[in-house]
Amino acid sequence: MSEYKIHALVCGGTGCRASESDKVIENLQTEIQKQGLSDFAQVIKTGCFGFCEKGPIVKLIPDNTFYTQVKPGDAREIVEEHIVKGRKVERLLYTAPDSDEKVSDSKSMNFYKKQIRIALRNCGIINPEDIGEYIARDGYEALGKVITSMTPEGAIKLIKDSGLRGRGGGGFPTGLKWELTRKVESDVKYVVCNADEGDPGAFMDRSILEGDPHTVLEAMAINGYCTGASHGLIYIRAEYPLAIERLKIAIKQAREFGFLGDNIFGTDFCFDVEMRYGAGAFVCGEETALIHSMEGNRGEPTLKPPFPSVEGYLKKPTNVNNVETYANIPVIINKGAEWFAAIGTEKSKGTKVFALAGKVNNVGLIEVPMGITLREVIFEIGGGIKEGKKFKAVQTGGPSGGCLVEKDLDTPIDYDNLIAAGSMMGSGGMIIMDEDDCMVDVAKYFLDFTVEESCGKCAPCRIGNKRLYELLDKITKGNGEQADIDRLINLGNVIKDTSLCGLGQSSPNPVLSTIRNFGHEYEAHIFDKKCPSGVCKALMIYEIVEENCVGCTACARACPVGAITGERKEVHKIDPTLCIKCGACEDRCKFNAVIVK
Amino acid sequence: METVKITIDNKIVEVPKGTTIYKAARQLDIDIPVLCYMDLPDLKIEHKPGGCRICSVEVEGRRNLAPSCSTEVFEGMVVTTHTMRVLNARKTVMELILSDHPKDCLVCAKSGNCDLQDMAIKLGIREIPNQDIAEMSTYRKDFSPSIIRDMDKCIMCRRCETMCNEFQTVGALSAVNRGFYSVVAPAFEMDLEDSPCTYCGQCVAVCPTGALTEVDHTNKLIEDLSNPEKTVIVQTAPAVRAALGEEFGMAPGTSVTGKMVSALRQLGFNYVFDTDFAADLTIMEEGTEFLDRISRHLKGDKDVKLPILTSCCPGWVNFFEQQFTDMLDIPSTARSPQQMFGAIAKTYFADKIEVKRENLVVVSIMPCLAKKYECQRDEFAVDGNPDVDYSISTRELANLIKRANMDLNNMQEEDFDKPLGESTGAGVIFGATGGVIEAATRTAYEIFTKKSLDKVDFKQLRGMEGIRQAEVDFDGTTIKIGIAHGLGNARKLLEDVRAGKSEFHAIEIMACPGGCVGGGGQPLHHGNLEIIKKRTEAIYREDANKPIRKSHENPYIIKLYEEFLGKPMSEKAHHLLHTHYSDKRKKIIYMK
Amino acid sequence: MGKVKTLDDLRKLKDELKSKTSLRDKSEHPESMVQIKVAMATCCIASGSRETINYLADELEKRNIEAVVTQTGCMGYCYAEPTIEVTLPGKEPIIFGYVDEKKADEIIEKYIRNGELVEGIIPMNYKNIEDTTK
Repeated sequence: MSEYKIHALVCGGTGCRASESDKVIENLQTEIQKQGLSDFAQVIKTGCFGFCEKGPIVKLIPDNTFYTQVKPGDAREIVEEHIVKGRKVERLLYTAPDSDEKVSDSKSMNFYKKQIRIALRNCGIINPEDIGEYIARDGYEALGKVITSMTPEGAIKLIKDSGLRGRGGGGFPTGLKWELTRKVESDVKYVVCNADEGDPGAFMDRSILEGDPHTVLEAMAINGYCTGASHGLIYIRAEYPLAIERLKIAIKQAREFGFLGDNIFGTDFCFDVEMRYGAGAFVCGEETALIHSMEGNRGEPTLKPPFPSVEGYLKKPTNVNNVETYANIPVIINKGAEWFAAIGTEKSKGTKVFALAGKVNNVGLIEVPMGITLREVIFEIGGGIKEGKKFKAVQTGGPSGGCLVEKDLDTPIDYDNLIAAGSMMGSGGMIIMDEDDCMVDVAKYFLDFTVEESCGKCAPCRIGNKRLYELLDKITKGNGEQADIDRLINLGNVIKDTSLCGLGQSSPNPVLSTIRNFGHEYEAHIFDKKCPSGVCKALMIYEIVEENCVGCTACARACPVGAITGERKEVHKIDPTLCIKCGACEDRCKFNAVIVK
Repeated sequence: METVKITIDNKIVEVPKGTTIYKAARQLDIDIPVLCYMDLPDLKIEHKPGGCRICSVEVEGRRNLAPSCSTEVFEGMVVTTHTMRVLNARKTVMELILSDHPKDCLVCAKSGNCDLQDMAIKLGIREIPNQDIAEMSTYRKDFSPSIIRDMDKCIMCRRCETMCNEFQTVGALSAVNRGFYSVVAPAFEMDLEDSPCTYCGQCVAVCPTGALTEVDHTNKLIEDLSNPEKTVIVQTAPAVRAALGEEFGMAPGTSVTGKMVSALRQLGFNYVFDTDFAADLTIMEEGTEFLDRISRHLKGDKDVKLPILTSCCPGWVNFFEQQFTDMLDIPSTARSPQQMFGAIAKTYFADKIEVKRENLVVVSIMPCLAKKYECQRDEFAVDGNPDVDYSISTRELANLIKRANMDLNNMQEEDFDKPLGESTGAGVIFGATGGVIEAATRTAYEIFTKKSLDKVDFKQLRGMEGIRQAEVDFDGTTIKIGIAHGLGNARKLLEDVRAGKSEFHAIEIMACPGGCVGGGGQPLHHGNLEIIKKRTEAIYREDANKPIRKSHENPYIIKLYEEFLGKPMSEKAHHLLHTHYSDKRKKIIYMK
Repeated sequence: MGKVKTLDDLRKLKDELKSKTSLRDKSEHPESMVQIKVAMATCCIASGSRETINYLADELEKRNIEAVVTQTGCMGYCYAEPTIEVTLPGKEPIIFGYVDEKKADEIIEKYIRNGELVEGIIPMNYKNIEDTTK
């Protein structure tokens, strides 16, 4: 049989689909057919490439040509020029932000250079809806190996030796967790995949499920074999329709091939998986809350112990791991614990997927070895700060994490270093902030999120976060008092000290870490009634510079509240008591006569 | 039993493995403050959601503070309950809770009887920081015939949920909404009246604040008592006399029947009667119905419905009218004593004293909140005039007596008025679990066997176990009796009946723990069920001291049949003393 | 599709399916294998470069030689088409002209397998093939 000489990989992830990647695929196929090259080139819909900043992405194999922001109308040119004639379509190539040069080969893009893709190994490479492609890339080999040639204890030992720790945020050693569940005697046990990704901006789990669903199924089956469970449950948020769709297809295929169901690989091991849909509550990422939600109860946490490994779903021993953790398992089995343990730092092995967001040039999903520095991530992979602005801080660990600053940039990233620096790994959100960001406002933003997402069960989280938010709001509105900083610190510490689950135990982190690192910004808001970054509207004063004003009346006409007065050809004046700080006057003035103080 | 040794506040204690810090500390007489926690061992309920975090303590080596109510001890654990870190956290959390709680204590129904208020005093809270900028979570007030929900006062302790869902299995209340706006409410935030609520009032009985309170009729009562046009008569349920004294500082289990009668008379009631009289009447009707069914059954009638279920508890009636609608022909058709009293009072008695129905006000004093609803049911009214005008709880009565500058301690003992105030010991024991069926057994035995009982006490029917069973020898015929208190226990018996697995001939069911003595309208027990046991003892003591202890020997009951009703289950009795049940499933929304 | 009953079954299946993604696997580390670029401009296609690229790719696969075959634009040696550029791992690229199927076979067997030079090499008067495509 004659093989395809060119594979056009088109991202079919949620982000790229939103910018018409489906239509790109359709057009590429039509154009290839028109050229009579249907046997020569094929189009494959893959999972996410991670480079979401510039989607939709089309990557031509084998020469790794990386086309960005491809529109359906570009399909013809790609086929006629590149596929037929071998000429790259220059205008669609990625431009490196530092050198302004076109980069054709994705392997030479800074974004990809420092990445090691283990969990994301198949994302952007295989067609997630074709189990054949997964098998072709060693799929289900690890499952076969484990259940036909290893004891559960042996496989657990391998995972323990690899040093893999939970990627959902807690960082609990995965092998140990499996062992705990294994050791509890019970007729029925459960294996759960936590796909309730909730950190704002984080989407690694979604990408894995969309781009490589079989890896999760394979790992869950391995987990089932190791812990003695024959039921698997995937708790996935209903807002992930594409991931759900792909998982459904994958489960069906895996059953057809016998990787799920009875007597897997001819052994007496039986395992199957079903899906449970969550409504997207952040707290349901906490494993006890997740289990209660699956049971049909209110999604709120309960005290541990009892740990789910002893008393979980329907009171049976339950092992809960997150999607990214699972995605590492088959590779560890295939390549060995030593191989995996060789990547990373002493106590944090392997890689971690981060979702880069904020004021960085290359926004997207990256997988990097543990121990890489924040500087490498932000300035090399991320391509530095947008518009050449100055780096100010990076928030890791989502709303539960803290902000890290310039001095932390060379700290090797791992679970323990991030905690020591006053933040955390979390599920891998990374939000970069520049000089234009107000840190009081940033803290307020994260608190707004936790106030929304608190389940309401325990008083400190339910009420305390609200009060923290109100204090921050008071400060950003210019009503802060000296005592407020101490109140924030005391309240924050008490909330951390007394909350029931991880949400409340970490929700004050953004406040406490911004006070620690940017106390002067709080002071500026409170004592000088100024927002140094010019973000907090209530603290801005719009004024007209007399020398520059020519009395054109443009500003007065633009003002929606009639706060600007002045005769034609005379200097205008802004009434600060009426001004709503919308900035319309500043935009309209052609003489730089409106300034913000 | 495996034990562990731990240190709390420098004192060493050895406790069984699995004990919580809170309970271990109690053994050392260290009283760690708890707010949301509730321990009801007799009901096999320990509510420890770890929600309020007031009970936080410091555990050596632990990163954060531990909730002592729900943290189990381990060997060598070192706990300190009063470090500055703990005291600051406790105070700060309390300030947070109060920052989202109305400050209208002066006019709150729970004032003086409020766990939250007590805790604020204990923790020395004097101000609430930043109250000026603190938003309060607000919620509409929800009025039902029995219970008022004022969720602004809810502190999310979730005790009501545990009672409603775990103990009663009614499922009318659960937490809805999220975060700051979480609140306990019926599903889809419907009104309580549209929910499966049975008005048992157990939620009210455990609510630490004024969030759940009863509908208060005391002001209406004062109005009626001062209206010269009205003749106001009162009936008092058996469980009231066993608990009312607690509100006046008397020891639990003090029986205050005579003092209560005198207080009611001084309050201005024209006649002070006893629901116990109607309880005796209930036995006549229900006992006859039971004997009728059992005789037909023994004769081989396959259509006869057994077991017969008692029907005097209105919470229970509400429960089966919603949850067991396929079995509405099983309960006895006899009305509850409250309603039998009303029906007789507004016919037989009204005629006797020549007062028009509309000028006769019948008030009941009940340990119960469901009674407030029961007397409003359409079938218990004639031309819109209810047989019982309204029902007030034991707590409301205590309040009224205090308002009238009386102290129950100083009252004379007086007797009930005649004819509706005369009762037997059988009527009194209606107030405790197992009492109705024991009273019925006393009468049914004698009628069935035509023999006289030498011993009227059936101790096998008494006790606090949630589900009990006993056999009574009816002179060669074994009668199997089941008893349940608490609707969750009732559900178990009912499901057996539905599945055809039940072998009982008769089942007594009471919605509240311990029966009416533990009713939702009683003085608050604050989680101490020993109080309920003491009330039960008072009930049985009163029974033992009664000269007549069998309902059918009550002379005024005999007279009532002779003068007015004819015989039990007669047409007139049927009309006035029996009822029917219907499917009362309310706005149930079926989800796709 | 029947169920996979043993690990061997899976491996057999994988071998059958391997070709589905092997092109992508290879493109992940082209430097470690033979890289062949085939000029595919209009003039090249007219002189048979499509047949050449197909032949090369299929034959290398059949003969179990790890290679990546990519296409490129006109190399500028239009007189000698079809032209291909072959880079053995660690070596400088070499350009061959007039590569029909027979020539391709010879290049595979002699140059790629054994490093022997074959006729038809076009003198290197450029630095990098990418430059010529610009």
